Parts: sequence; C-alpha cells; structure tokens
Amino acid sequence: MSDGLNYSDGHLRGILHAVRSIAMVGASPYWNRPSYFAMKYLQIKGYRVIPINPRAAGEEILGETCYAALAEAPGNIDMVDLFRDSEAAGAVMDEAIALKDAKGIRVVWMQLGIRNDEAAARGEAAGLTVVMDRCPKIEYGRLHAELSWGGFNSRIISSKRRRAQIL
Amino acid sequence: MTKTDNPNWSPFGFETRMIHAGTPPEPVTGARQTPIFQNISYVFYDADHAASLYNLQTFGFLYSRLSNPTVAALEERIASLEAGRGATCCASGHAAQMLAFFAFMEPGDAFISSTRLYGGSITQFGKTFKKFDWHCHFVDFDEPENVRKALTPKCKAIFCESLANPGGVVTDLEAIAGIAEEAGVLLIVDNTMATPYLCRPFEWGAGLSIHSTTKFLSGNGTSLGGCVVDSGTFDWAKNDKFGGLTKPEPAYHGLTFYETFGDLAFTTHAHAVGLRDLGATMAPMNAFQTLLGIETLSLRIERHCQNAQKVAEFLDAHDLVDWVSYAGLKSSPYHALAKKYLSGGFGSVFTFGVKGGYQMGMKVVENCELCSHLANVGDTRTLILHPASTTHRQLTDEQALAAGAGPDVVRVSVGLETLDDITADLDQALKTAAEQTKKAAE
Repeated sequence: MSDGLNYSDGHLRGILHAVRSIAMVGASPYWNRPSYFAMKYLQIKGYRVIPINPRAAGEEILGETCYAALAEAPGNIDMVDLFRDSEAAGAVMDEAIALKDAKGIRVVWMQLGIRNDEAAARGEAAGLTVVMDRCPKIEYGRLHAELSWGGFNSRIISSKRRRAQIL
Repeated sequence: MTKTDNPNWSPFGFETRMIHAGTPPEPVTGARQTPIFQNISYVFYDADHAASLYNLQTFGFLYSRLSNPTVAALEERIASLEAGRGATCCASGHAAQMLAFFAFMEPGDAFISSTRLYGGSITQFGKTFKKFDWHCHFVDFDEPENVRKALTPKCKAIFCESLANPGGVVTDLEAIAGIAEEAGVLLIVDNTMATPYLCRPFEWGAGLSIHSTTKFLSGNGTSLGGCVVDSGTFDWAKNDKFGGLTKPEPAYHGLTFYETFGDLAFTTHAHAVGLRDLGATMAPMNAFQTLLGIETLSLRIERHCQNAQKVAEFLDAHDLVDWVSYAGLKSSPYHALAKKYLSGGFGSVFTFGVKGGYQMGMKVVENCELCSHLANVGDTRTLILHPASTTHRQLTDEQALAAGAGPDVVRVSVGLETLDDITADLDQALKTAAEQTKKAAE
C-alpha cells in the first residue's frame, strides 16, 4: 500500500455508505478464494453482490447467479469491484464507462494489489469515482472498528462513542 | 522506510497513540477505560455467522485462545506505536519468538541470530528449537559481514535485539536489514529493551518486531506477556522460503493466507493458526495491565533513561568498578549507533564489570538494600543481577562471554526511585562487597 495513493477515511466511508449494489468482476465459486471471502463479508454487511465471471456464468455463488459480463447483470450496479489483474482492469473500466448511465455505475473499485493509472484516468474523466489497491472488505472493517478485533492498526483515534452495531 | 511512505503511519503523535490507539470508548456501555473481557467464548448470531468466523470470512471473536477484545486493544496499540500493520499478543516474550518463527519455519530450516541476546533466548534458539529441527547459527553482529557469511540456502530469517540485553550493545539495524533484503530473508528485531518510544525497527527495514511486554510496556513488574508486530511490508511471496504463508495451509482446508489476506496475512495466521494450535495466549487481565502501563510509557522511559545515564556515569567513576557498558557514555563503542537508532535516551538496562570477578559480582548483588536482586528488567524498581550465576548460567563460559555476561559482569535495570538513593545503595554494596571479598581472601 506504500504507493502514493491517498484516500481519506471520509472519502472511503462516503463510498461505502452510498453504495448498495456491487458487481464483483472475477468472483470465484470456490470458498477458499479471496473474492469469495470479500463477497461473503459484503453480503453480511447488507450489500447485494452480483458475481461476474464468464467461467462460472449461470452458476450460483453465495445465493446469487453469476453472469458472464457486466452488461448482463440485472438491475442497478452502484459499484464495480474488480478482482482481476492490473492489465485486465483497463477493459473492465471501459465496459463500466460504456454502461455507466444504463446501469447507474458510480464507482469502480480495484482490489488490493490492482492498479491501472490509465484506466483510472479514463474512469475519472467519465465522471466515475475510482479507488485502486484497496479492499472494500478491509476498509469497511477498518472504518467500523472490526479490523481492530484482529489486532490490526486501524490508524483511527477517536474519543467519540460509536453507535453499537447489530451485525 | 520514511514516515510518508509507510501506510501504517499515523498523523497523531506518539504520546497520543500510547493513550488512545486501539481503545476508543466501548460502544455498548460507553465505558471510557478498556473493559477486561474476562470470558472464553462469544455467542454466534446463527450457524452461518459461526461458519463465517471459522472460515475467517468475517471479523469477530470466536474463542479467547485465538483472540479477545482486551487483548486486541493492546495489539492495536502496540502496532500503532511501531507503525506496523498488526500485532499478535501472547503469553510471554518467549511465546512471541516461538509464534514468529512458527509461521514460516519448517524442519531443517535455519536462521541467524546475534550472540548478544537475553540468555533465555540463546537457550530457546540453540537448544529447544533444535527439537523442531530448526537451526540457529549465532554470530557476532558487530561486524555485519559475519551475518552475510553465515547465510545458507536453508536460512529464512535474521534475528537480533535493537538494544541488546544484558547491556549497552546497539545493533546496526540498517546494515543488517540490507543483508536480509539482499538475501531475501526476514529481519526480526527484538525491541523489548528499547521499547517503541526509543526505537521503531520498521523504519530501519525489519519485517517483524518482538516484545516481551513483561518489561517496560507493562512497566510495573506485574504482568507477563509477549507481542509480535508485523510491519505489513515484507513480501512473503518474493521467493519460495515462506511457504507457511504463501502455500495452501493444510490446517485451514487449503486456504492461502498471503493471497487471501495480503498485508493482514501474518497477523491473521499468528492468531488463527499460531495461537490456536500453540495455545500460548495472553490473559485479558495482563493485556489490561499492559494497556495501563503503556499510557505512561514515554514519561517512564524518559526518567528511566535520565536515571540510567547518571547511574552509569557514577559507576564509571567508581574505584571498585572496572568498566561500564552503557551506550549513553561517550566512551561506549556503541554510542554512535545508539544516537542513530535510539531517539530520546539510551535505555536503562546496562552492565558493569566489578574489580574482583565472579565472587565480587555475586557479593555486590547480595549487599544491595534498595536495588532488588531478581531476574527481570524494565520495572519501576531498580533491579540488579549477576548474569553469570543466574540468567546466563545455562550457557558455556564462551557463550556467556559472547553474550556480555562474563564472571565480573553485573546487570542493572535502573528504576524510577530518587537518583541519589540508587547511587548510594550501589556505592554501599560495592564497598561492603569489597570488604567481604578481601576478608574472605585473608
């Protein structure tokens, strides 16, 4: 993460609170894959997560039907969460830009380890919010004091009492 | 690594973090001081929640051998103080060493360690680890090239203490980190004696740091504990040495920790596999005591260091003292390194050599009235010990000498009492011991 990318806590919190539906590009049907962990967690937190993966198209992943491409996903997609490599991020970004108005896409979020500055610039020029090299699960957990339960450094210092959360 | 490119760096100051990091108000009750969660288990919402926790798919508590809210608060606080990604607390400093190596060592593997270590660590690494077929090669780190020469294909890590116990020795962390980096191995730094207040090992290239929280962090000699802090910046996949984190973990149905958890991998593994299966968990009460201790860490360490400097100068000028090994003395060969790696003082644990050898060393310790004769360091009380007859007695003469614990050596951990009372006690003990030794010789 020592990459010069600097997203403020408020910015990330704003995205995670505004978004309700997420298309997860590269979602895996296998329980021990990182994308499966993230999808499961985001579902627990109340997000609708639609898996996108041509190799698993038609299969069910965590109760949701998997689609071959973004364009096939039903309904609105607030955010595209990218579980692909940095190179593939370019094509997915162009797809997201093309579908932006039809699907209501506002955010393209590239997972931890994924960064494509050219794609990000195209997305931002088209009016999309772009996050790179972060995991929405980790950031959600960090901003809601759950990451701290694992002994992690959340970097959050506050004397404010949080509202106790029910799941 | 500079502050600005460390993603775990906080804009808040050290003193603010030692009071606040990891401990926001408890959300259910609003309790401002951290509650002691003196419980074993945590209720699941439903079977699916239980499954998610067991599969590590969601954050949360399952069973206190793996994690506990009070212990987690301490973990986050120590991680914050060293600008690490996460920390794993455990039953003792020895348990922390075990946990750190357990994550990646396989039978037949090796690591290199400095000879200048706490005596108990020399025994753990040299004797007990052998039972796991883990091999420790001890070398003198004063000449960093020795470390490079000791590298073997099976070597996975390099271990040293930033400010070494029993005394006065400072390791050239940057030079050693460079060798580790070149060799693709992990640098582990025991930062117990320096504490995060004086030294932050990740700023110099360490991948993990180790603490015996028993010492200055808890501070009052009440609570055993240990901690492994992960920098979060070591690339476990840079070569094939760290399969424990980069290959499917059989103890977790083939989960690959580094791929799944990224920079959270080590700390997740240390809890979910290390503590789960080694069982050396920190007690919640000890975590609470240590949290309290850390709240005043900077104040205590400043005074510890001030007192130690004065006591070292006093002993250095004493007729019955042969030498003093304290990095705060300009005459110390480690003074320059200490100024580079330690900020705000030179520690408070050091050794001195008495004129008259083994007998005189033992007698000085026995004649102290204020300084406590016991095996510990980093207490509010001044502690004194003759390592050759106690902590380092399991070692060969050669090992003891290499570790800085020869027959004439006395170790002192300077406390927070009135300075004049500490020096007066040492003065009378030295004089009485000299008389007794003289009489015995007659």
